[in-house]
Order: sequence, then C-alpha cells, then structure tokens
Amino acid sequence: MTSDSSASTVPASNSADGTEPLVSLKNVNKHFGELHVLKDINLEVKRGEVVVVIGPSGSGKSTLCRAINRLETIDDGDIAIDGNHMPSEGKALAKLRSDVGMVFQAFNLFAHKSVLHNVTLGPVKVRKMKATEAKDLAMSLLERVGVANQSDKLPAQLSGGQQQRVAIARALAMKPKVMLFDEPTSALDPEMINEVLDAMVALAKEGMTMIVVTHEMGFARKAADRVLFMADGQIVEEATPEEFFTNPKSARAKDFLGKILTQ
Amino acid sequence: MDGLTEYFDAYLSLFEEFDVLGAFWVNIQLAFWAAIGSLILGTVLALMRISPVASLRWAGAAYVNIFRNTPLTIIIAFGVLGLYAQLNLILADDFDLNFFRIAVLGLSVYHAAFVCESIRSGVNTVPLGQAEAARAIGLSFLPAARLVIMPQAFRGAIAPLGNTMIALTKNTTVAAAGSVAETAGLMLAMIEFRSDVILMIFLTFAVGYVILVIPIGLLTTYLSKKLAVAR
Repeated sequence: MTSDSSASTVPASNSADGTEPLVSLKNVNKHFGELHVLKDINLEVKRGEVVVVIGPSGSGKSTLCRAINRLETIDDGDIAIDGNHMPSEGKALAKLRSDVGMVFQAFNLFAHKSVLHNVTLGPVKVRKMKATEAKDLAMSLLERVGVANQSDKLPAQLSGGQQQRVAIARALAMKPKVMLFDEPTSALDPEMINEVLDAMVALAKEGMTMIVVTHEMGFARKAADRVLFMADGQIVEEATPEEFFTNPKSARAKDFLGKILTQ
Repeated sequence: MDGLTEYFDAYLSLFEEFDVLGAFWVNIQLAFWAAIGSLILGTVLALMRISPVASLRWAGAAYVNIFRNTPLTIIIAFGVLGLYAQLNLILADDFDLNFFRIAVLGLSVYHAAFVCESIRSGVNTVPLGQAEAARAIGLSFLPAARLVIMPQAFRGAIAPLGNTMIALTKNTTVAAAGSVAETAGLMLAMIEFRSDVILMIFLTFAVGYVILVIPIGLLTTYLSKKLAVAR
C-alpha cells in the first residue's frame, strides 16, 4: 500500500525527460504449478512504441501480455505502467486497469449488451462520463473501426471480425495509455483477419503504444518497432522486425521462423 | 345416481364449512414474500460465494451447507419454539401475523441456500472472458458483478430458479408446523371432521397446488427461452 501511494506521484517527473518507459517489467517470474512460464522477464516499452511478441505456443507470450494488467498474477518481480506499480487488488488495481486497453483472442464482448453499450459501459461507469457524451465518443470510435452501422445489434449477430473491431473500440473508449492485444486474430476466419489488422495498423500509425501477441508476421513487418521472440518463458531475442525476419540470431528463432515462413 | 348426487352435495358443503380459498390465499402470500426474501438473500449469498474475499466465500459456503441440509420442518419449528417462545423474537404484535412472518423468515433462509446455488449455476454459464473483459476496462468486483456477470447469470439460472420457486410454493405447507393457518393445517382439520369425503379432500388440495404451480413452470420455461443470452 505504501509503495503504491508514493508511486502515484511519480508520473509528472517521468514525462519530463520523455525517456521513462511507459510499461516496465523487472525480473518478473511466474509459475503454473511446476511449470515456470515466465522466467525473469525484463521489458521496457516506450511511449508510442509498438512491440510485437511472437513465439511458439506455450512460450509464455499470452501470459506475459495478461500479466501486464494483472489478469494473471505474478510470483515475483515488478510491473509498472507509466511509473505506477501494479497494485495487487482493489480500487487501485481497477483504476490502473482502466488505463490499459485489452483486446482478447475470444473478443469477450459483453454478450447481453448491444454493440453501442459495450463501448459506452466503461466510459459511463468507470470514467463517469455523461451518457450522451459517451454515446458520441462510442459512435466515433465505431465509425473509425468501420462498424458504426452495427451499433444496435448484439455481439452474437456480428461476424468475428466485426466483433473484434468492436472490442478494439471498447478498449479505445477508455482512452488507454497502452493497448494490449492477446492474439487478436487467432480466432478469426482467414477472410476477416485483415479487417482487424488494418484497424490495428491504423492505431499504430496514430502513435498508440501497443503490445501485440500475434502470429501475424505481416503485421509485425508493417507496424512493429520491435519484435520480441519468446520461447520457454524467456525473451530469447529482441530486434527490429527487419533484422529479426532476415537475420535471426538464436537457433530457436531460426527454427520457429523456418516452420512458419515455409507455409 | 342418488348416491353420487349425495356424495357431490356432501363435497360441496365442505366449501361452506371450511375456507379453502382463504387457506390457499395464505399459502400464496407465504410463497410471495418468501420468494422475495429468498431471492434477495440468495443473490447476496451467491455474490459472497464468487467474491474475491476468501472469508466471504467461506461464510457463503457454510451458510448454504447448513441451511440446505437442514429439514425445513426443523427450521420452521425452531422459528416458533426457539426464536419466538424461547428467545422472544416478535415480528408482529398480532399473534397470527407474528407466526406468518416467522414462517416467511424460515422459508426465506431455507430457500435462499437453493437460490444461491441456482444463481451460482447461472454464473457458471457465463464465460470467464466476460469477467476478464469487465476487469480489463477497470470495473472492480461489485460493478463487474452487477453490470456484466449477474445479468447474464440470472438469465442462465431461470430454469433452476423456477424449480426452486416451485419447491418453495409447495413447501409453504410446512408453515403448518409453525402454527400458520394454511392449506395443510386446514386439510388435516377437514379430514378429521369430514372423513366421508376424504378422497375428494386430497384431490382438491392436490389439484389446487397443481393449478398454483403450473404457471410458475410455464413462465420460467418461457422466460429462459426468451431471455437466453446469444453467444
């Protein structure tokens, strides 16, 4: 508790020099029972940076992504967003999560609420925005991701690609400092992947700070500033997309790229 | 033919002698108030059982296991003999109203355990991702439960809740053990004084309850289809 309250005063000094990382992970460890899923992870993401995390399944990349807004707890280490250390629970945690947008593999739109209400729920209930103001914001965001004409429908009436774009709008409505994407296109039919990736590329171009777990190498090439390659719970390699795809250094990365790029 | 008419007249005279509809009306009122009480208490218990606080989860589970596994007759009898006679708990100055309220209390605390478990089964129909998405936009436990989890859980729990309400309606007859003048008590009195039409007495009350309960089943079946959450 004491460290939380002292940390909350930090951001002003952070933004002064502009080099403080927006997201910082220090010596983060996590176990699932016997399995050591995150091994001493150190990561810093700067403001406006787009980081793509790739790696074989079971490498811990989704767990890493979910740990950043504490949907997964960590055993030890430290995670900070904009200088604020992740609190373990309660209102402080909810407050910090509201600044971190999250897009899930399974969309997770609120099934009983219309598309519009999915997007306005956070602004109205968490940010205490007026209903009319929230609706305007939601409609402009839905417009931006190209699903404004679906705003009265229930999530189940939309295609997967449309649902995921609504999910992006829902996260953006909170005006997050950073957006986390946990395999956002893995549950989509092939013809719908691009509509979601296009929305993500546009977001990256606008300067949003993004951490994206994905298997879409095209997105990594197009939008990433940095690629992290994870295997067995460790960050094995870290490079620009150009460098990583043309000249991977580790044997694990070479092996992985060999398998997916020959498809 | 004469015998049949005679029997039928004897049966009809029952309704002049005894206030059958009045007795059913008492059971309907018992069921109504106990339904409200058990739904409120059961929802609170369900929230406790899914809460992030371990001690609340423990308390909720303890409540359910105690009250679900205690015979209702004992709970009602305890209300009258323990709470009222021994501990002087008085819920109304009027003698009959006091027993009525004690019976509602007993029915509520007993069925709240079943309501809690019905709602919890409804919570299990809500995918984990819904709660994660709610937390991810910054909702803490209670707002997430109120805005996202419970509205979907109730829709998934309508059928089991309907079963609980049907059981509750029929269990109001146990209030006879708590000195409430209702159908079960009246039926015993009728059997005692009018054993000439004993079969018709049983049939009357049986049909009465079927008529009372069928609409609950129809309503919950209709609602569970109409309100189902499309995924």
